[in-house]
Amino acid sequence: MSDAVVETIDLTMRFGGVTAVDRVNFALKERELRCLIGPNGAGKSTFFKCLTGQHRLSGANGRVLIRGADVVGMRPHEIVRMGVGIKTQVPSVLNGLTVMENLWLAARRAHGWTRATAEVQRVIDEVGLGDIARRTVGELAHGQRQMVEIGIVLAQDPWLILLDEPAAGITGAEVERLVTLIQQINQNASVIVVDHDMEFVRMLGARITVFYQGAVLTEGPAEQVLTDARVREVYIGNRA
Amino acid sequence: MKAWPSIGQMRWGWFLASAVVLLLLPVVTDTHTPTILLIWALFALSLGLMWGYAGLLSFGHSAYFGLGAYTYAIAVINIGESTAPVLLAIVIPAVVAAVIGAMMFYGRISDVYMGVITLVVTLILFKFMSATAGDQYAIGAARLGGFNGIPGFAVINIPGMPEVSLFGLPMYYIAVVSLLGCYLVSRWILARSFGRVLVGIRENEARCELLGYSVPAYKTAIFTISAAMAGLAGCLFANWAEIVTPGVFSLRSAAEVIIWTIVGGVGTLIGPVLGAMALGMVKLLLGEQTVIDNSLLLGLLLVIVVLAIPRGVVPALQGWWRGRTRFRAQRAGHRRGRPRASAPRGGSSGTSESKTSRPETTGSAHRVPQAGRS
Repeated sequence: MSDAVVETIDLTMRFGGVTAVDRVNFALKERELRCLIGPNGAGKSTFFKCLTGQHRLSGANGRVLIRGADVVGMRPHEIVRMGVGIKTQVPSVLNGLTVMENLWLAARRAHGWTRATAEVQRVIDEVGLGDIARRTVGELAHGQRQMVEIGIVLAQDPWLILLDEPAAGITGAEVERLVTLIQQINQNASVIVVDHDMEFVRMLGARITVFYQGAVLTEGPAEQVLTDARVREVYIGNRA
Repeated sequence: MKAWPSIGQMRWGWFLASAVVLLLLPVVTDTHTPTILLIWALFALSLGLMWGYAGLLSFGHSAYFGLGAYTYAIAVINIGESTAPVLLAIVIPAVVAAVIGAMMFYGRISDVYMGVITLVVTLILFKFMSATAGDQYAIGAARLGGFNGIPGFAVINIPGMPEVSLFGLPMYYIAVVSLLGCYLVSRWILARSFGRVLVGIRENEARCELLGYSVPAYKTAIFTISAAMAGLAGCLFANWAEIVTPGVFSLRSAAEVIIWTIVGGVGTLIGPVLGAMALGMVKLLLGEQTVIDNSLLLGLLLVIVVLAIPRGVVPALQGWWRGRTRFRAQRAGHRRGRPRASAPRGGSSGTSESKTSRPETTGSAHRVPQAGRS
């Protein structure tokens, strides 16, 4: 019996003749912070969507186990109800609603009507959304919307958090705050971060899995992976 | 969080004032025309709830209006007493909508196909009911009557007393109570977490799914509730007209309710109600003349409104009122800030000015959006 909270076994995803994810075996331990990196088209976002149910899987796609339960074929909302919080690549927020309303909808499902308001306040304080709490999300800057979406995830109080490119489009100071926030979250939850911002990944200091052409190229601690010649070649290339 | 600006809140003053006006209206006018306007308003409210708050546009909402009308007529002919037929006229459209809605929403069809399917459903019903002229098309004692429809059935009676029919003034009050009741139910739905999730689905379906909400279940539920309201409106229409024809399923009927809702204002409850009443009145007035085609003028009116005020009349008025209130609050803040401008480190700084006026401004800013919706 594996002690992994998230495990994929020969996970494969094809789109027509293209194999986006190719027999990936992956394991994430309890309260582990893991970064998935790779060049564009490496398959990391497809892999992410397979974990979250956004790509509907069947038995032919391999297996995805979350706390031992096979989630293949499950809808995203069913996976979320297992205690999973998901932040998507493009900020997926409710633009016509206020920040508080966004957070309330997240908290209401996870905590019920009576506790929702208190949870909203907790998340506002934790993420630092107090100044924009009553503003309509559609009016906010991209970075603020990213933080709102992370707040939405936290309002669900998940034990497993999947963040797809959380640092995309946010500024230096905000990145530092985000790193601190993710590390805080990781005290109580397992976290998978998909990103291609090497500086951000380096700051997180987590174990890294490198995707290349749909498969896992290598895996290990940040300092080891980021100096790996193969990684430099396929991912960092001449920018290193 | 007590109030949700995005869905507004119940404004009891306006509601009670409207209720008083509706209750006293028969003192000054005949009830025949106001009754049909209230029925159309209820029909538009049913669509406005679903479209404005869940983002679901049914191009064939008349299917449920017509089913309510036909169900009542067929049931009352067979049963004789109106209590069960009225309930059936609400339940049957709701059940049909639940089945169609579940197929559409669990099948994950897109909004465009939803529009097509709902339109096709009502057109099929129109064609079918138009072709039921033969004697073989009867349900119990009720002959469907083809294009001529079903005339001469009993109207609503006092429950348990089929000999006491309610028409004229009592019918008007039934329509008033139905409209006000459905408005309150709609407000109640929106104030619950169910309604808030619906608004969330309207804004971003994928995110709501990622929050753990079963989006198809919510959509099916509001589609069913909306159809039940439309069915009630259809039942009242049957009682008002005392005849039911396939025209209730027609393209014209399907289009009219959409036009009423657009003109009144999608995203509000009061907008569709007022839109239906106003345009319904225009339709009745235009129906008295033969110079210009009625539909042509209504279509022209729709084009003008869509071009001039795309959000609809009520949201446009609300926006104007909010802007006016905000402007007044700002002006009041500036007035209060002016004497301080002459003081050391005074109001010349935008920061200090905003701080001095903050309690007033913030209070207004919070109140206005909540009060703006109705």
